Amino acid sequence: MSFVMPNFLPAVPEMFVLGMASVILLLDPFLSERARNVTYLLAQATLVVALLLTLALTGEGTVVTFSGTFVTDPLANLLKVSVYIATFAVFLYGKAYLQARNIYKGEFFVLALFAVLGMMVLISAHSLLTLYLGLELMSLALYAMVGFQRDNGVASEAAMKYFVLGAMASAMLLYGMSMVYGVTGSLDLSEIRTAISASSEYGVVLSFGLLFLLIGVAFKLGAVPFHMWIPDVYHGAPTAVVVFVSSAPKLAAFAMLMRLLVDGLGGLAEEWSSVLALLAVLSMALGNVVAIAQTNLKRLLAYSGISHIGFLLMGVVAANGSGYSSALFYSLTYLLMTLGGFGLILIMSRSGFEADQINDYRGLHSRNPWLALMVLMLFFSMAGVPPFLGFWAKLAVIQAVVQVDMVWLAIVAVVFSVIGAFYYLRVVKVAYFDAPEVDTPIAPPADQHWLLSANGLAVLALGLFPSWLMALCAAAIPG
Amino acid sequence: MSFQALLFYALSALLLTGAGLVVSVRNPVHAALSLVLCFFASAGLWLLLEAEFLAITLVLVYVGAVMVLFLFVVMMLDINVTRMREGFIRFLPLGTVVAVLSAAFMILVVSGPYFGLEAMPAPPAKAADYSNTAELGRQLYTTYVYPFEIAAVVLLVAIVAAITLTLRRRPNTRFQEPSLQVQVRRADRVRLVSMSAEERK
Amino acid sequence: MEMIQAALGWLPMWLQVLMMIVLKIVVILIPLMLSVAYLTYAERKVIGYIQVRIGPNRVGPIGLLQPIADAVKLIFKEIIVPAGSDKLLFLLAPILAMAPALAAWAVVPFQPGMVLADVNAGLLYILALTSMGVYGIIIAGWASNSKYAFIGAIRSAAQVVSYEIAMGFALVGVLVAAGSLNLGQIVLAQSGSILHWFWLPLLPLMVVYFISGVAETNRAPFDLAEGESEIVAGFHVEYSGTPFAVFFLAEYANMILIATLSAVLFLGGWLSPFQGIPGLAEGALGAPSMLWLFIKVAFFLFLFLWFRATFPRYRYDQVMRLGWKVFIPITIVWLLVVAGMVVGELPPWFA
Repeated sequence: MSFVMPNFLPAVPEMFVLGMASVILLLDPFLSERARNVTYLLAQATLVVALLLTLALTGEGTVVTFSGTFVTDPLANLLKVSVYIATFAVFLYGKAYLQARNIYKGEFFVLALFAVLGMMVLISAHSLLTLYLGLELMSLALYAMVGFQRDNGVASEAAMKYFVLGAMASAMLLYGMSMVYGVTGSLDLSEIRTAISASSEYGVVLSFGLLFLLIGVAFKLGAVPFHMWIPDVYHGAPTAVVVFVSSAPKLAAFAMLMRLLVDGLGGLAEEWSSVLALLAVLSMALGNVVAIAQTNLKRLLAYSGISHIGFLLMGVVAANGSGYSSALFYSLTYLLMTLGGFGLILIMSRSGFEADQINDYRGLHSRNPWLALMVLMLFFSMAGVPPFLGFWAKLAVIQAVVQVDMVWLAIVAVVFSVIGAFYYLRVVKVAYFDAPEVDTPIAPPADQHWLLSANGLAVLALGLFPSWLMALCAAAIPG
Repeated sequence: MSFQALLFYALSALLLTGAGLVVSVRNPVHAALSLVLCFFASAGLWLLLEAEFLAITLVLVYVGAVMVLFLFVVMMLDINVTRMREGFIRFLPLGTVVAVLSAAFMILVVSGPYFGLEAMPAPPAKAADYSNTAELGRQLYTTYVYPFEIAAVVLLVAIVAAITLTLRRRPNTRFQEPSLQVQVRRADRVRLVSMSAEERK
Repeated sequence: MEMIQAALGWLPMWLQVLMMIVLKIVVILIPLMLSVAYLTYAERKVIGYIQVRIGPNRVGPIGLLQPIADAVKLIFKEIIVPAGSDKLLFLLAPILAMAPALAAWAVVPFQPGMVLADVNAGLLYILALTSMGVYGIIIAGWASNSKYAFIGAIRSAAQVVSYEIAMGFALVGVLVAAGSLNLGQIVLAQSGSILHWFWLPLLPLMVVYFISGVAETNRAPFDLAEGESEIVAGFHVEYSGTPFAVFFLAEYANMILIATLSAVLFLGGWLSPFQGIPGLAEGALGAPSMLWLFIKVAFFLFLFLWFRATFPRYRYDQVMRLGWKVFIPITIVWLLVVAGMVVGELPPWFA
């Protein structure tokens, strides 16, 4: 194979994030405890500059470089920008929480930046090799972050579970990749696609490979029956980490799904879409039903996240352009809502107190009406009540499956979203109609308060004018 | 049977025996040592494939470093072997099912048309001065430079993660400060006082 | 060589090849074993004189038969296997310590073309084999079922793994400078004059390599694994008779190996120090020869003994600090320097 000098320009955001993460890693040990804010500000600045760099490169169109291992396209740019914004919000939401728990350390930001780098690599992967490496980079950083609060037994247990199950999922994925490579003889996703479309008789080996790949992806997304880690990790890990684990990595996992199944194995859409349909139904059923029984808000959001993944997968099941863009739309919506949901817990928590019981929100309306309004908006959106954003997202995926004549799936989705509405509305009811246990008003730090307000209002505003985000998603998916 | 084939079968037999021992012996140290044997046998197989760099690196990295640390840990742990073997019978059916299934997968996959000898003929033998090492290096730093760099970052993150999770400054541990020790001057330690002799009583 | 081949001519071809290889191995190993024996004698004499004593002088003229007497004594002693020990591993450990020390000689070149196996990846092979010597020590410590032995083994494992990194980086420097992994090629890359040898451009690496070599062989001042003043004799406290002798042999064989490698990698191996000096280079003095190699090896071996007689033993944390915080950074920095020199084609070495 002759070597072509790679085009470094599309990878500039990756290089920048890597460079800054290394600089922060080196700089942080020399800072005193009081100067830790420097680390925080540098990390935030990194994300902002990376955002600007990515935006500056959006005009490039689709570029494949580094000997076919790296790709930038509209989808990659949109997802990367969302990852930066989500991580920025995570840092902002988590700051006070980390400080109160004595884990406001440089490593948190460094590991998070490396995780962001992993997500970027994953999003821009154009070869099984980079896909896997990006996934590992992201996961490794996340495992460490979940176990970050070392003296907390529950967190360590969650980290251990996450690590063991994640490693198993990676092994499955790798096993599947090895089969795909063995059959098609290439690691390059577009070459795999060509090889599969050229011959129709790859048969059983490719199907097994596909099956293992699906298991791996389902693990990372947290779709039933590979969801076991989600409730435990969300419950055990520090909330500032949970808000990260539950937000940006899901986008990366969605990107992995798109790269693997659509870019690489698009020729096998018939096979994988039926498996995904099964996963979607199971996720929606289990997520929504089990969430009803939860009294812990973190666990509730965990199960709600599982059900959202089920909805997201429905869009992919449709296996056409509008289906993918609806799934993308759903994932961005989910991102906004999960950030808001966990951000709320972070704001309500303070030193020595974790506001993770639903009962902690009793009478929120009388303690801080504005926060209560945000709770209302976010949870109505999660439940899919119009005119909030969540409604349009659910509508889009349901439309997508109806278009491909899978009406039964649409009916299942509607039924479960009605069931799901129950527990979301219960939280709103607790916040508005129950008597508060304590009457002390809640005064969150200004920056977080602004962020949560922006977050809640975005859910409303984008819900009133959904066409902008929809158009963005449609433009990101070619064909 | 050619000499190479003979070597191949001998090494394969060694590899399989070693792998069998890893899972079947009771003593964890013996199991770890059997794993070392496996690494040796597979390094030998790689040598037969003319991949001398990979073979030696396998020995260097896995046998020379990874397994030493493994042994280190296994020897320090006080593993109760009898307790670990409890439930063997209980989990036997499930284990058998999983084992049979994976074996079936393997056979199905490998016996297919894509992995046979026809699909993957032996590459032509290289000239004696062909350097596998140099060729690998060239590929890694050109075609695969992006994945290679990412792999390096993965290792860096592993180090950062490991240190984050384990480094603990105990406040009452005392450390040496070699630079301070070196910089000590006589005046810091010795004080000369002149005092009059005490009177004898 | 041809004579032997002719004498074996009646055998089938593959057996002939096998016999030749075995013969070569014997030709390397017997002098090696003798050197090991007399290295112990040299050690006692040298340290004796450094400490103003005479050293062994009873067995044979000026004590020359002392190593033979020691060997005979050890062979006839009882092999005690401690109760509760792991018998198989207990007896396997000395062999595992010995085997890599001997196997590494396969790629060591003594003279142009005089090497048992002229493999391309010789340097890697050496690195892999020297890293395996630690198994003998760990297994011995564990199989003895004794606390002292176990502490010694654990110390040794951590130490060897740490210093292997510095050693490996030093070797990478040599590899970069010579552009080859073949030991013969590495020697040839140093030809020219004494100033062309790699000791000059790679001076920090040579120092690090040799000191790491001392640490890898668990010699004083890095003999924490034995540490007779605290853990009696460390990993081989339970050994007696022949197994003990084998450990002893392995340690000295490793010393000779490290000395030889230092000579080959940094002091031009078989090359004559008079090469390139007008007036001296033309005669027999300037010719490359095995003898030069042996002189250089002897110099490094003397250093081993000198160190032992001079330095007090390091404390454990000091050993670790030296390895991780001093040697590894030095080697990494110098690797960059070497790479710069090679890219910049700095004369006279890399032009």
